Amino acid sequence: MGQIEWAMWANEQALASGLILITGGIVATAGHFTQWYFGAYSIVAGVFVCLLEYPRGKRKKGSTMERCGQKYMTAVVKLFGPLTRNYYIRAILHLLLSVPAGFLLATILGTACLAIASGIYLLCKFLPPAERAASPGCAPSSVCAGFCVYLPRAAVRGEQWTPIEPKPRERPHVGGTIKQPPSNPPPRPPAEARKKPSEEAEAAEGPSAGPQDNPIPVTDEIV
Amino acid sequence: MMGCWILNEGLSVILVLSWLGVNFYLFIDTFCWYEKEESFHYTRVILGSTLAWARASALCLNFNCMLILIPISRNLISFIRGTSICCRGPWRRQLDKNLKFHKLVAYGIAVNAAIHVVAHFFNLERYHWSQSEEAEGLLAALSKLGNTPNESYLNPVRTFPANTATELLRTIAGVTGLVISLALVLILTSSTEFIRQVSYELFWYIHHVFIVFFLSLAIHGTGRIVRGQTQDSLSLHNVTFCSDHYAEWQTAAQCPVPQFSGKEPSAWKWVLGPVVLYACERIIRFWRSQQEVVITKVISHPSGVLELHMKKRGFKMAPGQYILMQCPAISSLEWHPFTLTSAPQEDFFSVHIRAAGDWTAALLEAFGAGGQALQEPWSLPRLAVDGPFGAALTDVFHYPVSVCIAAGIGVTPFAALLKSIWYKCSETQTPLKLSKVYFYWICRDARAFEWFADLLLSLETRMSEQGKTHFLSYHIFLTGWDENQAVHIALHWDENTDVITGLKQKTFYGRPNWNNEFRQIAYNHPSSSIGVFFCGPKALSKTLQRMCRFYSSADPRGVHFYYNKESF
Repeated sequence: MGQIEWAMWANEQALASGLILITGGIVATAGHFTQWYFGAYSIVAGVFVCLLEYPRGKRKKGSTMERCGQKYMTAVVKLFGPLTRNYYIRAILHLLLSVPAGFLLATILGTACLAIASGIYLLCKFLPPAERAASPGCAPSSVCAGFCVYLPRAAVRGEQWTPIEPKPRERPHVGGTIKQPPSNPPPRPPAEARKKPSEEAEAAEGPSAGPQDNPIPVTDEIV
Repeated sequence: MMGCWILNEGLSVILVLSWLGVNFYLFIDTFCWYEKEESFHYTRVILGSTLAWARASALCLNFNCMLILIPISRNLISFIRGTSICCRGPWRRQLDKNLKFHKLVAYGIAVNAAIHVVAHFFNLERYHWSQSEEAEGLLAALSKLGNTPNESYLNPVRTFPANTATELLRTIAGVTGLVISLALVLILTSSTEFIRQVSYELFWYIHHVFIVFFLSLAIHGTGRIVRGQTQDSLSLHNVTFCSDHYAEWQTAAQCPVPQFSGKEPSAWKWVLGPVVLYACERIIRFWRSQQEVVITKVISHPSGVLELHMKKRGFKMAPGQYILMQCPAISSLEWHPFTLTSAPQEDFFSVHIRAAGDWTAALLEAFGAGGQALQEPWSLPRLAVDGPFGAALTDVFHYPVSVCIAAGIGVTPFAALLKSIWYKCSETQTPLKLSKVYFYWICRDARAFEWFADLLLSLETRMSEQGKTHFLSYHIFLTGWDENQAVHIALHWDENTDVITGLKQKTFYGRPNWNNEFRQIAYNHPSSSIGVFFCGPKALSKTLQRMCRFYSSADPRGVHFYYNKESF
């Protein structure tokens, strides 16, 4: 159970809750239910939650599948820094957002789902102690580790949202693996005396001679 | 090979369309009934057509909830596969698609649940509104029914509370409905492909919320909140006439006050059978897990692969099948699938396990694969085995020529197959229909599968001992190498045996040119039917299917490639 990445599931649950809130809100406002203004709130809250949760965070280990077109939202979500990075804040935010929608029938399901998502985000922080490194100033016992979560610490440990960034593509160095042939004619000095020892076994014989520059530099024709 | 595709895929398409057809039929039939039925005339006055939407989707939900548990009763499916001799060919292949069907039915449940929930939101809102002071006329009269002692109520919302949400939570149907919807959402969000890849355990554990789902579903209708006029009342009270004369109901004898009763809960009738079936399935799984499994040999391969030889009473397998293994010392709830790598002719069954996650890593450590001192047999952890499951690769023997292609980890079912082929070859009594096997193995790094290379080496020697060197022709393609390896290979190019695998047949580098391969095979066997079997990534599967279609000749007496798409 220790290796479960709860944050990933919390993200899926929150996204689904956002969609349910939007649907419930549309039903309430379109149907002109009593207190339909809660429905309008629910649509706004649902859209906000969806936009916040759409960019998937990077997994702790392993590769993460990006959602389609998430890089635009990743840039926006990244701007808010610790507000969106920290799962505590996300949990509390979701909990607060879900409360007003609970007063209307059509959105009560959205409330419950978002509250559960908030709970799962909190659960990320309550992972078993073996999963996370022991924090300084805290005795390594399971009882203490549970309480440590409440104590504010300078360094935020545990899970947090990290954006998936595309790795900068390295331009392949053309001809980087091409080994230049020996620049001096035979007889050549043995491998130790030469600056660049050749890989072929045959090229290791011969007495030393001075290095000679080739009149025409040798390059690879294939571009 | 359009005909081949139609035969292979046509049955699946027909089954899906039938399921869809039944859903539509049930939906439309129920919808029309509720729209026209007299006993619900007054209910429709308050609710409109959302009553019909809710009831129609409820019936579809009942149907789909009945179906959903059946495809995942794998022992039942193995039973059907084992006993049905009539279920050959395309029907047997449908049994392999059980998980796809399970997902399809789950989508059906999600869609119908959405319709049902939205329709009932409208219903509850309308019931609520018809109790307010603004409601007039027939609506108000109907809502007031039930206030005096002799009357039965129609409107389940009896007073005009401030909030429909609290009203929902006061009814059994409301509370169980919320619980069911929550359970469904939890199951759906934890079953996405991403979550299954990231953390299969999470998916598996949360999926057990289905128990809450089914329990709540059974109690969902017990509140009898869907109310229609009783038959007795209908015979006395003419709806078409009396609905205009609602003011006289209390007084006139022509229109006595209509009486209403709630609809009997029916969901439990639909789901009881499958729930009992699934309960039996879980009991069978538990019982099989208690059966003793004797570990006869533990081999730790240098590439981090653990080979386990086991014996179990009454265990019969076919090549290509898989078993589910559980190790209570590591986790009492997790069962993991492993393809069997031994031949049915051997007196043990074996699996090869590689560390690919925390369960397998823990298993390797428990069996001392980390290179520690030898383990004593009594100190090895106990294992439970369920199975074998899955489609067998025995179709290989039905063709005169078979082409087996394995990519990467897909090589494991072919280990069992090749061993089985060798055993069948050695049996000189029964001549085999199969006369030639081409085996293609494409992998990035042969070191991970050096146990398989060892198997090929031993097969090679045994075949040459029997004088059957031309029976099996295998080609290994390494698609990943570094410069050191390349130089090493270049230096030893002219030697007899391959420098990487030690086999007589040389390893090729890079991906195979399938056009050349298929052309060569078609040329070698001009008038045979050739079976092609593949295990590996989907992209390559599509390529091979294309090759099969392209190189099969139009002449019925010519060469024909039959692509067998198995799901391993």
